[in-house]
Amino acid sequence: MEANVKERKAPGKIRKLLKNKLTLVGLIIVALVVFAAIFADFIAPHPSDVTGSIDFSLMNQLPSSQYIFGTDEAGRDIFSRVLFGARYSLIMGVVVLTVAIGIGVPLGLIAGFWGGKVNSVIMRLTDIFLSIPSIILAMAVAAIMEPSLFNSMVAISFGWWPWFTRLVQAETLKIKNEQFILASEGIGASKWRIAFIEILPNCLSTIIVKASTDIGFVILTGASLGFLGLGAQPPAPEWGTMVAEGRVYLPTMWWQTTFPGLAILVTVLGFNLLGDGLRDFFDVRVD
Amino acid sequence: MGRFIGKRILGLIPTILGLILLIFLLSRIMPGDSVRLALGPEATQEQIVAMENQLGLHDPLPVQFFNYIKGLFVGDMGLSLRSGRNVWLDIKDTFPATFELSLVSMIISVAVGIPLGIYSAVKNNKISDHIIRIVSLSGIALPRFWLAILLQLIFSYWLGIFPVIGRGNVAVESITGLRLLDSLLTGNFAGFTDSFIHILLPAIALSIATAAQIIRMTRTNMIDQMNKDYVLAAESYGLPENLVYQRYMLKNAFISVLTTVGMQFGSLIGNAFLVEAVFGWPGMAQYAIQGILYKDYNAIIGVTLVIGLFFVLINVIVDLLYGFFDPKIKLDA
Repeated sequence: MEANVKERKAPGKIRKLLKNKLTLVGLIIVALVVFAAIFADFIAPHPSDVTGSIDFSLMNQLPSSQYIFGTDEAGRDIFSRVLFGARYSLIMGVVVLTVAIGIGVPLGLIAGFWGGKVNSVIMRLTDIFLSIPSIILAMAVAAIMEPSLFNSMVAISFGWWPWFTRLVQAETLKIKNEQFILASEGIGASKWRIAFIEILPNCLSTIIVKASTDIGFVILTGASLGFLGLGAQPPAPEWGTMVAEGRVYLPTMWWQTTFPGLAILVTVLGFNLLGDGLRDFFDVRVD
Repeated sequence: MGRFIGKRILGLIPTILGLILLIFLLSRIMPGDSVRLALGPEATQEQIVAMENQLGLHDPLPVQFFNYIKGLFVGDMGLSLRSGRNVWLDIKDTFPATFELSLVSMIISVAVGIPLGIYSAVKNNKISDHIIRIVSLSGIALPRFWLAILLQLIFSYWLGIFPVIGRGNVAVESITGLRLLDSLLTGNFAGFTDSFIHILLPAIALSIATAAQIIRMTRTNMIDQMNKDYVLAAESYGLPENLVYQRYMLKNAFISVLTTVGMQFGSLIGNAFLVEAVFGWPGMAQYAIQGILYKDYNAIIGVTLVIGLFFVLINVIVDLLYGFFDPKIKLDA
């Protein structure tokens, strides 16, 4: 009986989430980007154009029925490259947030639950990292290392974890005086157990919402580093890098910068719409 | 008030020292051949070692850090390997351009964002509200460097209305380093017009995402206020709707918006780097990007530090403004 109620409840919840049309649009965009990233090898009309292949007979062609986004200075199909570019953006978003959550959440739990000097040290540390705009910190770190996709992910993660620490610390402070936590302490549960088994699950919805609203910004920051030459290097079809490469051929070959940029806009918008929907659904504030 | 400012600034010292240490350590532990890059491929090993000694790169790290901090007090941010000058002098030359661009963008963002946010809240769930929401959501997702390129392509290259690059061609006597202000102060209207048409496109490219954030924040806060008892009370007294919105709700809603404005200033300066790169704007970005290419660590540390300090300062100003907008917040507390 109970199981039945749960089964009926779950689709109801999803329906409620998707009742908001903008959230649905976001979900569709994100699904398409994920699909493009996974199946780029099969759906891209010219998969070989992802590498540094050169065909001068096809260079700089205007968008047409055969090359819907046109071709670049080396005769490569921009549409195929944009499809493959989805991989770079998704990897960027997922890896940076995984690292940021992996570092930030445990530190936030420890700071909030242990309190005292531990809390002071951790929170002062986050203050230092947050005292500088994350994009500038990412640029500074990326600048010091050799430019590559991996290093740009390291650079962005470096400045992103404190947001999760601050969020989870605040949540932990709210939860730590709840009855069930006091009860666990009363029966002698260890601090680690209480923090990671009792408190963490109660922070999950906040963490999920924060991650879903952040992923678009991570992708945007990654593309910005790519644009500055601090991310993935040509001929990799990373969107920011493609915009920077195409800039040289302005104003005549406008399509070389326009379509990769549009891909960034649509992808980030999709994630933001979905993130907004999730935030309203879980009814949590993460700003 | 004075006590509050003093306390606030004292409290910032550990954060600022931490920031300097962080950037300093990063630049020193990462492998690099900045001196070799600066001296060129012809340089002999002796020349490289001599230069490294001159820069103090062979001293123990704590000594290097102490010397760096000591230098900061006398305006010495170390030697830029590329320009051969004190980094502080380079930053002093380039910061006003970045600051002016960010400031004009912030003015545009606030001027557009707050009225549209209020309008959207007042028209809650009507068609115009939906349109503003979708536009602002898209605005946040816009890569500013790409928007800058599109605006440049359309308005400068194709339509020829605005200049393609630069900060202005008419000479303006430098007083503050902000061309718009300096040209007004010296009564140089040709210089003002010239500076204005040069700054407009980069400022718009930079401000759209910020304006979008401010619209969203203003809208959310105004809607929160609408449900408060004092609004109901004011309305039941028969006060005109506009008066309630402007005199009562906006001031309350503005406190949260102010936090967004403060946070966004940091993001504006960060993104100014990208927009500067597109419009050939002679600000800190050009300097920093050259610094990045040449692994000019002192330049990178200097620029990062100045932006960090600037961001911290903006947040102190925001804290002070809270007291103005909300008398309940006691600044001395």
